[in-house]
Amino acid sequence: MQIKSAARAWPEEGLTRVPYWVYQDEDLYRRELERIFLGPSWSFLCLDAELPDPGCFLTTSVGEMPVVVARDAGGVLRAFENRCAHRGALICPQARGRSERFVCVYHNWTYDLAGNLAHVAFRDGIGGKGGMAADACPESQAPAQLRVASFCGLVFGTLSAAAPALEDWIGPAIAPRVRRVMAGPARLLGGYTQLLHNNWKLYAENVRDTYHASLLHLFYTRFRINRLTQRGGLLVSEDGGHHTTYTLIDPADATNAYESERTRSAGSGGFRLEAPEFLEQVDELGDGVAIQILSLYPGFVLQQIKNSLAVRWLTPRGVGRTELHWACFGFAGDDEAMTARRLRQANLIGPAGFISMEDGAATSYVQRGVQAASGRASVVEMGGDAASSGDSRITEAAVRGFWKAWRRQMDL
Amino acid sequence: MPLDVGLQLEIERLHARYAHALDEDRLEDWPGFFTASGSYRIVTAENHAAGLPLPVLYADSRAMMRDRVASLRHANVYEPQRYRHLVAGALVEQRDPQHAGSVASFMVLRILQDGDTIVFASGRYLDRIVLAGEEGGPQYQERVVVCDSRRFDTQLAIPL
Repeated sequence: MQIKSAARAWPEEGLTRVPYWVYQDEDLYRRELERIFLGPSWSFLCLDAELPDPGCFLTTSVGEMPVVVARDAGGVLRAFENRCAHRGALICPQARGRSERFVCVYHNWTYDLAGNLAHVAFRDGIGGKGGMAADACPESQAPAQLRVASFCGLVFGTLSAAAPALEDWIGPAIAPRVRRVMAGPARLLGGYTQLLHNNWKLYAENVRDTYHASLLHLFYTRFRINRLTQRGGLLVSEDGGHHTTYTLIDPADATNAYESERTRSAGSGGFRLEAPEFLEQVDELGDGVAIQILSLYPGFVLQQIKNSLAVRWLTPRGVGRTELHWACFGFAGDDEAMTARRLRQANLIGPAGFISMEDGAATSYVQRGVQAASGRASVVEMGGDAASSGDSRITEAAVRGFWKAWRRQMDL
Repeated sequence: MPLDVGLQLEIERLHARYAHALDEDRLEDWPGFFTASGSYRIVTAENHAAGLPLPVLYADSRAMMRDRVASLRHANVYEPQRYRHLVAGALVEQRDPQHAGSVASFMVLRILQDGDTIVFASGRYLDRIVLAGEEGGPQYQERVVVCDSRRFDTQLAIPL
């Protein structure tokens, strides 16, 4: 869809209005891939625990750029663009595995675990014939290598030399909230992907939208997992891009919520939950937090919902198409009961999640709803116009924070 | 062992009745295809092959299945949709006098209100079946739905 440049001005109200062309404009989308995903942000690559030994590798994406992540012979995590220097083919088509090197299948060009071009097949020809000239420099088209850094077992990469160190980029408001969840060495429980029929930013907003939680996800309200009356808070990073929201365990929940819930009939607006035991939380982190949702700009989420721990991250796949990846984990020291609890509570999340299946529908409803409204804007005024931390969750402060960071990066 | 045609047909009929119940939006009938302590899990082939236990959807009792149905009816928001199950290639074997095992392929089409129809899921049903269940007929003691793909379009509301 072509948008006239005059229509691309941001509404004069500022952060309380988000114009709908931001979800529709193809040119803008391509600029986002360059400026944001290939720019000075850190993108989530994997859990450190997914690549335990030298030679372990997996493939992922940074924006739309295919990436190989590998642990080299010295145990150092490396990441590089999954594109052969020769003709641009994928160097590694496998999702994950173990290898000492990568060999492009097309013409057998070989790379080490850091993505350095190590060998060009028949570079000197055969018997003095063929091959490349002595001064040829195929390395000039070598796959890009990312800076890789790990924080609390979460591995990130960036193409930018200018990006601050990972922990500084996460910042002092949010870093402690990452640390509290990543309490020990992680153990992967599995993963899956949701295909969303909407622009990636609609999910980035959704996860920062503390106002929608108990209104869209009725399971919350029915079972008192989270009501806006429960105590909690919202933290927004200085630049607005990252956020954390959390809800404390309601003492009423621990005592009689399930019992009283059982007495409510369907007619009175609740319904009887026959097997509520799967919701029981062990306060494993010892700070009384029932739910914490944390986002890092642009597309990473760390989730603690009771004892269900997961990372989620976005891969944009076109202006109106997005992949949402989930990887759920526990800790290496989990006993059988804790693992079983995490697996039962996995019912809360993902494409079939009791409290998450609605998100993919809602964001797609927006993408479809605004189809003919590129000149209009959404109203983001809950909690005023601030984009800062607070103790209320009836606010869209973190959504405005996202746009504050986005607008600065996109010069819009 | 000679082919037990009666057993084969009985299990194929169980699979067919199960599929029709879901396709006709008789979700309330769904838990009844399982024994009271029956379990139902949707997993991905990728996780399954790697020995990773994460389910996409999980119920380890008929009570949890009824809760899932109640939540779909009263709490969860999902786009109006129907499924069409095609179940084929059931390999049935009697494990002991009371139990059978079955592996069958499935494909599920998802039809939205505007007519949009996609192959929503394909995979295998791995079943342990009690031959003489509560109503005298066979019931699933365990049904593991192994989806071929790790990717789900938008959301997975109705069980597969």
